Amino acid sequence: MPADLSAHFPLRKSRVHEACGPGAPGFAGAVCAQGSGPVLWVVEAWRHEQVNPVAFGAFADPARLLVARAGDQREALAVAEVALGDGAVPLVIVELGAPLSLKAGRRLQLAAKSGGTTGLCLIPEGMGSNAAETRWHCTPVFDASDSTRMRWELIKNKSGTLGVWDVRWDAAARRLDVVPPAGKRPGSQGAPG
Amino acid sequence: MWFPRLGSDRVLRARPVEGPFALTLKQNNAERLSCLNALAEGQGLHRGMAYADARAFCPDLITRPADPAQEARFLHALRRWATRYCPWVGLEGADGLVLDITGSAHLWGGEGEMLADMRARMARTGVSVRLGLADTRGAAWALARHGEGVAPPGAALAALGPLPVAALRLEQATSVALQRLGLRTVADLAAAPRAPLARRFGPGLLLRLDQASGAQAEEISPLADPPHFGVRMALPDPIGLADDVMAGTERLLSRLCARLKAHEMGARVLCLTLRRVDQGSQQLELRLASAMRDPHRILPLFRRGVEGIEAGFGIDQLRLEAVQIEPLPMQQLGHGGPPGQDGLDDLVTRIGNRIGLENVLRFLPADSHIPERAFLIAPAAYSAPENGPWVAPRPRPLRLFPPEPIAGSGARPPKHFRWRRMAFAAARATGPERIAPEWWLEDDNWRSGVRDYWQVETLQGRRLWLYYTPQNPGWFVQGEFA
Repeated sequence: MPADLSAHFPLRKSRVHEACGPGAPGFAGAVCAQGSGPVLWVVEAWRHEQVNPVAFGAFADPARLLVARAGDQREALAVAEVALGDGAVPLVIVELGAPLSLKAGRRLQLAAKSGGTTGLCLIPEGMGSNAAETRWHCTPVFDASDSTRMRWELIKNKSGTLGVWDVRWDAAARRLDVVPPAGKRPGSQGAPG
Repeated sequence: MWFPRLGSDRVLRARPVEGPFALTLKQNNAERLSCLNALAEGQGLHRGMAYADARAFCPDLITRPADPAQEARFLHALRRWATRYCPWVGLEGADGLVLDITGSAHLWGGEGEMLADMRARMARTGVSVRLGLADTRGAAWALARHGEGVAPPGAALAALGPLPVAALRLEQATSVALQRLGLRTVADLAAAPRAPLARRFGPGLLLRLDQASGAQAEEISPLADPPHFGVRMALPDPIGLADDVMAGTERLLSRLCARLKAHEMGARVLCLTLRRVDQGSQQLELRLASAMRDPHRILPLFRRGVEGIEAGFGIDQLRLEAVQIEPLPMQQLGHGGPPGQDGLDDLVTRIGNRIGLENVLRFLPADSHIPERAFLIAPAAYSAPENGPWVAPRPRPLRLFPPEPIAGSGARPPKHFRWRRMAFAAARATGPERIAPEWWLEDDNWRSGVRDYWQVETLQGRRLWLYYTPQNPGWFVQGEFA
């Protein structure tokens, strides 16, 4: 039986978490919806993909969103470290394109601890650092009756068990609903490992 | 001091011209001469003459357009320069200065020497000047404009006697009327009975006469220097440690902030100049996310820059200047403004000094159906958050990217397609939502005409935002839903 999602989500504060997979932006949106106060979203300036604030409104008020465009990953990490350590912004999201070294991940972790803030790194698959508190693999799932279903797989957890949940986002209520996995018995997949 | 050719002298100082020269100013839809040099006046031209007439008189006249704002700035610079003679210097009209040299003439060895010094210096700079010195402001004005000279103390009216009545700062109509009455000179006017004059011309005329003679007082109001937001500190021994530099900066900052507070200003850009013993200097620029004047908040923001300074043999002079300032009125503490706003501003400043203040952005709503124009991106430091309505007639993708073409044909979304080297099978398509380009704005991306947007859910899970351009057939992916 997988652990209850509420034990892992909302994410633990004063820690840095990681999300990967094609559904990672949606995961970040859901994380933004859990807190209040400004959100700093650090991206590298050369990326063409951008957050659409109009759609972000389904998760949280776009006025809360601040975007920092860093020149490269090194700068992005530096900005994230400053913001995490400062404490003025409760949630910092960093989009990364290259592997995150253990040293960089640990620095972010220490900064989050000193600032009492939460960090979330959106990483390409398999490029996380061992310092992360949790790592989530998020994929959108097709469902005949629902177009917001996602599968969140907790693939690394420093302080607890792993698990898989199917969730859907209720944009009207800005609420996360856990739904049984499509075509499977609840909990048949998420054996703790 | 009267500068009869302020405008043309200013231009000619920068670019000397041989021959007649004039500045033209557009007045009432006609180009008129506003200022001319001595050679041009010698050709019979005068101020206020139409430019076309002047060209007829003097075919080789060289002209440039006048710039009244620059002339005013030049006059202010001269005013500042003139404070070397006495502290009370005011402006007199658009082309004159008035100096109250009471008590400072002896520093130059007497009034005559002082005037000679003024004349010599102005001659060296190439600005023609006419000087008048008298007990009263009115008499000095008259002497400067109508025959230079020095009026002996207590005899202002005697010195003015032979001058025309226009020297009394009268209006054109009044002086013409006086001349018609036969009162051509100041002496004639002073000798005439006062009561009929007051009845005929009002009190203004006699006021001017009394001001010239000294019977009526007239004050000179010196212009205040614009406040300068810069402070500096010289050290007896060079310093090199970052902590020492920070301590010095703190002292400068408290002085600067006190000055900013007195003027109700806040600094937006600060520049710290560190001069080293070997005469080299290094500059640290701090751009703030909002105008502020709180030394305790600004000081930590300097920390990162100061640690990167190369001290060399030591630093012996610090200079801090508020390069850009903004009005920042006093604010009530405790009320108004969301809590934590200061902390956020400081954070934006710190990030902005690392990646550039224009790279910290926020989104503002915009009124457009075009997906990439439904929001504005504004620097967070120069905009306020806006809770405006976000235009979203239909669901919009969370990720937007420049359109990426895919293979497909027909107006319905393709059943199978490849995107980013991945194969997808469309399971459900919602649409179309037709969006027409905004014809009033030129946009290259929308050259291909209207777009039919489809929300395509794939069996593989990913939900993409596709569009089809019927006028220019082709399929593109522009976004991905959460």
